[in-house]
Parts: sequence; structure tokens; C-alpha cells
Amino acid sequence: MENRPSNVPVTINVNGNALSAEVEPRTLLALFLRDDLHLTGTHIGCDTSNCGACTVLLDGDAVKSCTVLAVQADGRDITTIEGVAGDDGSFSAVQEGFRQEHGLQCGYCTPGMIMAATALLADNPNPSEHDIRHNLEGNLCRCTGYQMIVNSVRWAAENPDGVSVSVGGQGAHS
Amino acid sequence: MSLVGAKVLRKEDPNLITGRGQFVDDLSPAGTAYVAFVRSNEAHGRITNVDTAEAVAMQGVLAVWTASDVADLPGLGVPGLERPLLAADKVRFVGESIAVVVAETRAQAVDAAEAVLVDIDPLPASPTIQSAIAEGAAPLDENVGANVIFMLPIEDPDIDPALAAAPRRLSTRMENNRCVPTPIETNVVLADWGPSGLTLWATHQAPHHLRNTVATYFGLAQDTTRVITPDVGGGFGAKINFTPDLFLVPALSRALRRPVKYTQTRSENVLMMYHGRAQEVDIDVGFDDDGSLLALKVDVYQDNGAYADPTGMGLPALTTTMAAGCYKIPKVAVGWKNILTNATPVAAYRGAGRPEAAFYIERIVDMVADELGLDPVEIRRRNFIPEDEFPYATHSEIAVYDSGNFAGALDELLNIMDYPALVQEKAAAIDDPTKPLLGIGFATWLEIAAFGPPGALEGFGHLASWESGQVRVQPDGSAIIYTGASPHGQGTVTTLAQIAADELGIDFDKISVRHGDTATVVQGIGTMGSRATAVAGESVKQAATKVTEKAKLIAAHLLEANPEDIEVNDDAFSVKGTPAKSVPWSEVAWKSFQNLELPEGVDPGSLESTVHNAPPNFSFPSGAYGCVVEIDKMSGDTRVRDMYLVDDCGTVINPLLAEGQVHGGVAQGIAQALYEKMEYDANGQPLTATLVDYLVPGAPDLPTYTSSRTTTVTPNNSLGAKGIGESGSVGAPPAVVNAAVDALSHLGVRHINMPLTPQKIFSLLHEGGA
Amino acid sequence: MIPAAFEYKKAGSADEAIALLTEYGDEAKLLAGGHSLLPLMKLRLARPEVLIDIGNVADLSYVREDGDHIAVGALTRHRDVERSDVLRSALPVLAHVASTVGDPQVRNRGTIGGSIVHGDPASDLPSVVLATGATLVVRGSGGQREIAAADFFVDFLETAVAADELLTEIKFPKSNGAGWSFQKFNRRAQDWAIVGATVVGGDNPGVSLVNMGSKPELSVAATEAMASGASPSDVGAAAADGAANPPEDLSANVAYRRHLARSLVERAVAEASN
Repeated sequence: MENRPSNVPVTINVNGNALSAEVEPRTLLALFLRDDLHLTGTHIGCDTSNCGACTVLLDGDAVKSCTVLAVQADGRDITTIEGVAGDDGSFSAVQEGFRQEHGLQCGYCTPGMIMAATALLADNPNPSEHDIRHNLEGNLCRCTGYQMIVNSVRWAAENPDGVSVSVGGQGAHS
Repeated sequence: MSLVGAKVLRKEDPNLITGRGQFVDDLSPAGTAYVAFVRSNEAHGRITNVDTAEAVAMQGVLAVWTASDVADLPGLGVPGLERPLLAADKVRFVGESIAVVVAETRAQAVDAAEAVLVDIDPLPASPTIQSAIAEGAAPLDENVGANVIFMLPIEDPDIDPALAAAPRRLSTRMENNRCVPTPIETNVVLADWGPSGLTLWATHQAPHHLRNTVATYFGLAQDTTRVITPDVGGGFGAKINFTPDLFLVPALSRALRRPVKYTQTRSENVLMMYHGRAQEVDIDVGFDDDGSLLALKVDVYQDNGAYADPTGMGLPALTTTMAAGCYKIPKVAVGWKNILTNATPVAAYRGAGRPEAAFYIERIVDMVADELGLDPVEIRRRNFIPEDEFPYATHSEIAVYDSGNFAGALDELLNIMDYPALVQEKAAAIDDPTKPLLGIGFATWLEIAAFGPPGALEGFGHLASWESGQVRVQPDGSAIIYTGASPHGQGTVTTLAQIAADELGIDFDKISVRHGDTATVVQGIGTMGSRATAVAGESVKQAATKVTEKAKLIAAHLLEANPEDIEVNDDAFSVKGTPAKSVPWSEVAWKSFQNLELPEGVDPGSLESTVHNAPPNFSFPSGAYGCVVEIDKMSGDTRVRDMYLVDDCGTVINPLLAEGQVHGGVAQGIAQALYEKMEYDANGQPLTATLVDYLVPGAPDLPTYTSSRTTTVTPNNSLGAKGIGESGSVGAPPAVVNAAVDALSHLGVRHINMPLTPQKIFSLLHEGGA
Repeated sequence: MIPAAFEYKKAGSADEAIALLTEYGDEAKLLAGGHSLLPLMKLRLARPEVLIDIGNVADLSYVREDGDHIAVGALTRHRDVERSDVLRSALPVLAHVASTVGDPQVRNRGTIGGSIVHGDPASDLPSVVLATGATLVVRGSGGQREIAAADFFVDFLETAVAADELLTEIKFPKSNGAGWSFQKFNRRAQDWAIVGATVVGGDNPGVSLVNMGSKPELSVAATEAMASGASPSDVGAAAADGAANPPEDLSANVAYRRHLARSLVERAVAEASN
């Protein structure tokens, strides 16, 4: 292209922090979060808006950040997986539910699942199994077969305050 | 209290649920440049021109390479049938890499790749087994001249007489559909080749295997070649294999003298990651009027895709090894052909050859039952290998079944599913217009797992078949376990810590497990073939036992007691019968590093041990699955209503994680049976190249599972664990298809190839049976 | 995965959007929720030179009763259509169909106008526009005009909206308690319909099909059959036989598609008549 389109200034409130940047208009929100803000918890699993690994909250609503331009988020509130835990690091009920009920294996789809489930419970605090399965229909998991994900969301519904135990988790590598 | 067998929450989870996992694409060292590929849009053709001029001149472009730029880099795979890093004169499948672009940003790389112009003269394409072996089919490799690249003929002179002598006989051809593994994380490769050596981050299941191979490939020393497989977003066998990007990206980093990263898109992944299954089979079975199986002849046609991968070549060996399943069949003879097609290359996918075997024999058993009017449960009972005949030598010298109780698993299945009530419900549904058709299917399956005996993996190019486990006690009494297994979702960090905690007497919370880095893990093979618990777990157990024995020497010295009288529990050593006399692990560990505190003959830093465990035999996990399908009479839409699962994986280390493995495998099995197939048109153009068309099922599309277990321990390791990673994907497809055939049996349907699409079922409903 | 580069223009109002459309003509595309356009751009199957973002034009997001019809602003998200109390009582078929589009994330971003203007024959919402006989309000540099549903969908991914025009509102007749049904047949819950059907009963019945032609289509024969009181199976047969050009793909050949259309319409008519 002869003349490159001009970058566009945006201010996006990400996990409570107002961040200003100049972005190329074609920048997908998912790549803006990952490459520009280094918030790599938001994953990308497809290029056709099917898998939902990139799900974040936009003004509280679950959206697929691979199908939103960063410029479309200008002036909006974004919550990513990094913004879900409490200020003291305590897990949210949904995070704790996924841990308690083995709702994740490889963990790649998990941030998207947690964000979609978080939006579901904000809207419907006591979802049935049917509600949960259908509200997660836009999120693909290849490891769990989904039943334990359903159990995880139920756990969160039944334990809205989570549990306040500290846990010594471990990274996978040195 | 023993942790082995306990439902322990995973150590892996806190990072992964907070977005703090580290997958390869999360890493971008300073100066990282980005890769995009130019790919073939023809399935078969001659490359007449590749014009990179415009791309080279574009903003941010650092390099554009074609085949001539990698002429000094050898091809990959089977000698004589090498796969080039970049296609030179010919392309052989849609998606094959022709050129590669490196640029300062991801977007610039994609823009420049789009500007590379490629001219291809198409050749006739053979995207399927039948088209590739048809007379006059254009050979993919002119040097070979034929698309059948290897053949093991059925030479046993006794098989045909045995079949002829059987009172009854049945012959059939079946397919096993080509599947796309689809881990949610695609392939990502990041290479940083500096003056001091190469560091390669990859989404891979076998980091040491990759390190050894890459080092040899480039003539590097292994000590300066470091492979890191950080968090890996699913593998399912497809991340064992070597794709050209694993070699091209380091080569680009070397040339550009900066880190280079390739992040595969999903659309690329569907075409580029090795596919699985892709078989056809001819089967002849002889049996008597009572349903006893007397002779079995199995001839497999393996679609290897456009290039022969060593694992892909070996798939039919695994299928034919397991051809007789859990049945005692006096005469079994097998053979196979490996066939090149103009489609994505084929290699391991969860189960790798064994789901195919289970599908064939479990379908055959149902066909025989149908022929004789026997109940599918009854015919299975009549043919099971009896519980007292283990170890059981099969027709294959590879497979000597270690242990099992097939009738016991079936009993437990009938315990958790109400078969008589389902049979009644099925009969009532046939003529009830308000009800879907109901079908009940069984699969009593077994598979070969715990790939670890010497020779098991060497043939696939691995250094060896053992797995390493290292235990290193830290001065504060915590311990780090290093494993050569390379988990990507299995929860191995947790299970190995459970095993080590029991042996060491160290608190579970004070044990870490490290993996996936050739600079820190001594040596390793990797995670594949349901081997992590049975092979790596045993190595950790043995290493921990050795460390504990050494620690007892120090504890005895400190307690002024005999080492034989020392026991360890709850983070402390004590003298048997005198529990008040005790010393905490932390003190023993601390002093184990202090020369002045040690007994004679014990060196400082001795509380570490490494074991390379090679079991004497494979293990053979088994199980009995029951499936209930509903078929919508209007549309043919087929859904799994209930799935009953009984697994025998020997000793279970963590029931939560074992069940997770079963669920995931069963989900992939149901997906293969109902939803998934990589389809090509007659010209080799892929028709299911994105997740819009390749139907990976979601939460509403899969059932709730009802599971149980039986246990026959394996004698191959002291844990008694057999392995469970692949079980679900082995047992589920035949259970689902048997159920669907059962639902349609009143229409004369005898067999349906997967996937059971609504249109296919509809045509059986409305146009008559098989 | 990464769209080709484009110039980005943000429109603060419908008039601003129209001015920009007039300025850039064919080079420009409107961006609302982006859930029809961005997936095509990521695969570089669409590459507009200019994107005009109308996502912040707040005065085009509404649902309001207006005499004998309900006016829905073109930028109303599927989610807001799905949950609108006004629609749930006065035009429940629209709220229901919106609830079956894509998945929750898609419904949180996608807009009714974007879905309709895309003109995809496999899309659910156009079938409601057609079955209810809605009117589409379009505004351009030459002023505002209204287009009847039957005249709106022109060809594959092509509608009667001109390059310098903007769909601003859809006027749906109130259902006044008439029966309705939407039937969608697909494999995965998140998928597009292999075949779908919308049926509305009452004094002005309508039967429309999803994914049974090159564009969203009202089944004229089936609608007439329904108006004349034909049986559900006869209406279904009229719908199936009347589909001129059903697509053929991996999911369904023509014969199977017609079968599905016949059965789904039959089921829908029976349900709408209850």
C-alpha cells in the first residue's frame, strides 16, 4: 500500500487502568492486549471467531477480542483474565471453581472460558447445566470434554465468595 | 496418609487460571522478528515461478526465502521420501510451504507473504486412498514411481484355510476417518540463535527428542542447543511430530542474527499439523454358530498424506498389533500398505493406530452378533480372554497383554447402566412418532500403552524408550523433581508430586516438578503413548526411594539410631517404636549439605538421584463403554444421550485427573464418530479448512458422562499404573457407532462409516439399509 | 488473521456516516458490531480501503413501539433485541430468533442492522424481516426512503442499500398475539443453520427460509398456502418445492435440504397454529 493509513489514538480502560496508545486501525483487540500491553493471558485459538479463547469483557459483556478492533474499544472498559482476581490476589469464584472441579487441563482455552463464565454468572447467578452449556457454546475446549467445566461453573454459582485459602501454585518450568 | 489415589488439586492451575501461564506465543525476546508463510493453493502441481521481488521491497521485510535459499538444508522424515522445508519443484498438498517471509511485525510479514506471486501448473491429484492406488494415478514422488510406498503382505499360509474351515464367515471393508487433532494452541516456534548457541521454544511433546534432532540437523553440539517447551496448549500426539517450521525458524534466526517467531494461524494449523487416523481396512472373520471367533484377517490401507512421517508409517503396525482386541481368536493374520496421497501428512493423533484397531474389532464383533442374532453383550463374554490367562501372548510379538479382567469391566458397566430398561425403551421408540430412535452400543476395548520397553520408541526416531526422573532435595527440605515427560494438560506435575510425596515423606506442598527444558532436565523422551504415569512416574518413585534411603543414613546419624530403624512420615524422620525421637526433614536436608554433620561415607549433596526407568513390557489399559444414541427420525440427527464408562488403567494416582483424561478422550472419540472428518474434493482442495467447517464440538454438543472403574494392576511397575491418556479416544468411537447401527438395525443397517452426519443417517432411514 | 490495512473513520452520527459514505463511495464499508465484516477481513476475503465506524452512533440503538409497529434501531445489538421486554411481548419471534444467532459473545457485539445488511442467506434474522413483512428504513445523501422486505434482498450478500446509504431502522408490524415459530437445524449449537424456517401466523402469515437459496427469501408459495388455510404438511411441501436454488455443501445436498425445509416448515406451521 502506497500511503499507510494513519494510526489512531485510543484510550482504553484495561483492568482498571486507563491506557493511551496510538494503534494501527487494523489491530485486533486481542493482539493489542497481547503484543502492545503484554497481557498475554488472553489467548488466540482460531481465526474465524469460533473458539472463544480470546474472550474478554467489554463494558462487562463477554466478547471475542479477535473480532473487535482495538479502535472499537476506545473509551471502553476491558477486563481480561489478569483483572479477574481480587486486589489481594485471591481467586474469583469462577477461577476457584475451575481449580476445585478440574475444569482445565492444558489451560489454553481457560482464560476465555473463565471470562465467558464470569459474564454468565453476573447475568444469571444460578444457571442450570443447560444454561451453562449453551452460554459456553462459543468457547471450544479440546481437553476436558466440558463436563468438568460445567461442574466448575456450578461450583462458582454455589460458592459465590470463592474460598479464601492461599495456595502454593507452581509454574511449569524453570 | 498416602497421596497416591487421593483427589489432589493441581499444582498447575494457579498460573493457568490467572493468565500467568507462559505459552510460546506469550514470549517475545527483544528484537523478535515475525514469520509468515506462502502456501500452495494446489494439491498437486509443478512450481513454475516464485516472484518475491515485490515482497522483498516492502516495509519492514527482513527476508523472503524460497527453496533455493534452503538448498543446503536437508528434508525431513523417511529417507528417500524426504519432505522439503520449502517446496522446490513440486507441491503435493494444499497448504504446503513454498516461501517464508520474515518482517519486523506480524502484520508486515502477512502483508509481504501475500505479495509473493506463485505460479503452479496443476497435476492430477489423488487426495484419497482409492484415488491414489487407482490404476494410472499420478505418483506423488516420481523417484518412487508408485503411491504405495511400503507393503507388508499377509503371508501366513494358515489364515485362508482357517477362514475356510470356519462354519461361518463375514467380510467387510471399513473406513476410519481422517481427523484434525486441533489442540486449541496451534504450533508456535520461537528461535534465538546467538553466538553462544541456539535456544528454541516450541509447542512440543518431546523437548529432548527435538533438541537431539535439531542439534544433529544443524551440526550443533547438544550442550549449546536448548529446547524449552513451556506451557503447551494441548498436543494429542500431533505435537510429537517434526514439521518444517521447527527447522526453518532456527535457520532464519541464524541468518538474521535475531530472535524469530512463527505463530501458526488456525487455518494454517488445519492444513499443516499432521492429521490422524485416515485408514481403510479389509477384514475377514471366521466364526462358529455359537459366536466363537475362529480366524481374523486384517489388511490395513494407511493414508500417509503427501509425505511419509516415521510415526505415520508405523500407525498400521499399531493397528494390526491390536487387531484382535480383548478376544481370544485362535488364528490372526495381518498386513498393511502405506500410501501417499495429495493431502496433509498423517501421523500420531491421540491413540495413534489403536482407536482404529478397537473400532474394527468392536464393529466386527457386533456384526457377527447381528449375523447370529446374539446379544452384543453375550458374544463379547463368549470370546473374552479369560482372567487367568495373563500374561497373554497375542498374534503379535509386540503385544503380550499384561493383565486385565474384561468380563469384570463389562459386569461393572452393566451395573451402572440399566441395559434391560434401555432395550425396552428402544423397542418402544421405534414406532412412537414422538420419540427419537434409540440405540445402545457397547465397546469392550483395550489398547497398548506405557511406551517404555526398550525398542518401543527407537523405531520412531527416539534416542531410547525409558523415561527419566530426578529427585533433588533442597537445603530447606523441599524437593524438586525433574521429569523427562513433557506434559501439556495431563497434570503430570501434580501426579509426580503425589508419588514423590509418598516416597519421600515430604509434604506435597514442598515438592515442585519441573519439565520441558533440556538445560535443566537431565535427559528425556517426552509425553506420548500414555506413558507419563506408568514410565515417568515409576522413575520418580524409584529415584525418591533412593533419596529416602540415603536420607535415613543421615537421620540415623543425627538420632544416634540404626538406619534400618528409621521411618519417615509427615516431613520428619523418627525411630520406629520411639516416635518422640525424631528429626525434621528440613534439618536432615540442611545438614546433608554440611560436611561436618555427615556420617562417615556420606557425601554432601547426596540427597539426589536420577533414574531412567525402562519397564519390561507395555501395559494394556482396557475398559467397557456403553453408549446410548438418539436419532431424530425427521433429520437423521444423531446425538449421544448417555455415555457409560468403565476404565481399567491399573492403579490410579489421582482419580480427578484420571477422570479428566477419560472425559477428554471420550469427547474426542464422540467427535470422531459424529462430527469430524477432514474432507477434500476430487482435486484435493480442502473443504473443512477452518473451525467453521471442521466441527470440533462445543459444550452443548456433548453429553454428561457416567464413569466407574475396575482395577487390575500391571506387573510392569511398582505403582501398578497402566496409563489412561488415550483410553477414551480408543473406546468411544466404536461404542457410538455400535449404538447408531443398533438404532437402525431394524432397517437392515449393518455398518456406517464415521462421521455419522445427519444426511448420511437420513439416507439410511429413508432409502433403506446397507 | 490480520486484516489488510485500511483507513479508519469514526462517525459520531448517522449524518456523519452518510457524509463519509458519500465521500469514499465504494472504497468504504460501514463497521457496526463487525461480526459479519471482520471475520472476512481477517481472512482477507474482504479488504475495504476505508472503514467507517458507526458503533458509537447511540441514537440508532433502540426498540420502541410506534403505533401498529415496532421500530428497532439498526445498531441494536442481538443481545438487546433478545432481552427487549417490548419485543418479548409485542414481537416474540424477533426476540427469540435473536437469541439463537451465533453464540453469546457474537450476540453481545453483532447488530440487527449489520446482520440484515450483510444479506447472508444462511443468516437467521433476515428470515424474520421477510416473514413479518417488515419495512427497512434507509437514509442516504438523497434523504430517507423505506424499502419493503420483499424488495430488500437482491442477491448473494447484496441488498437494496446503495453505497452511500445507511440502514437506520427496521419497522416490524406487531404480531398482535399471532402464533409464530422459528426452526433451526444445525450440528453444533454455535453453527449457522443448515436449514432454518420462520413462520408467523395470524392475518398476515409469512413463511421464510434460511439457507435455501442464494439470498434470504420469503417462500411466496408457502405463505399463500398458509393464508389459504392449507395443512402444515402442504405448507411445508410448498416451501420445499418453491425454493428455487438451494445450495449444496458438505452438510446437505439439494434433496436433503428440501426435505429439511419441508419438515421444518411443517413443524413450524403446526407450532405457530397452536
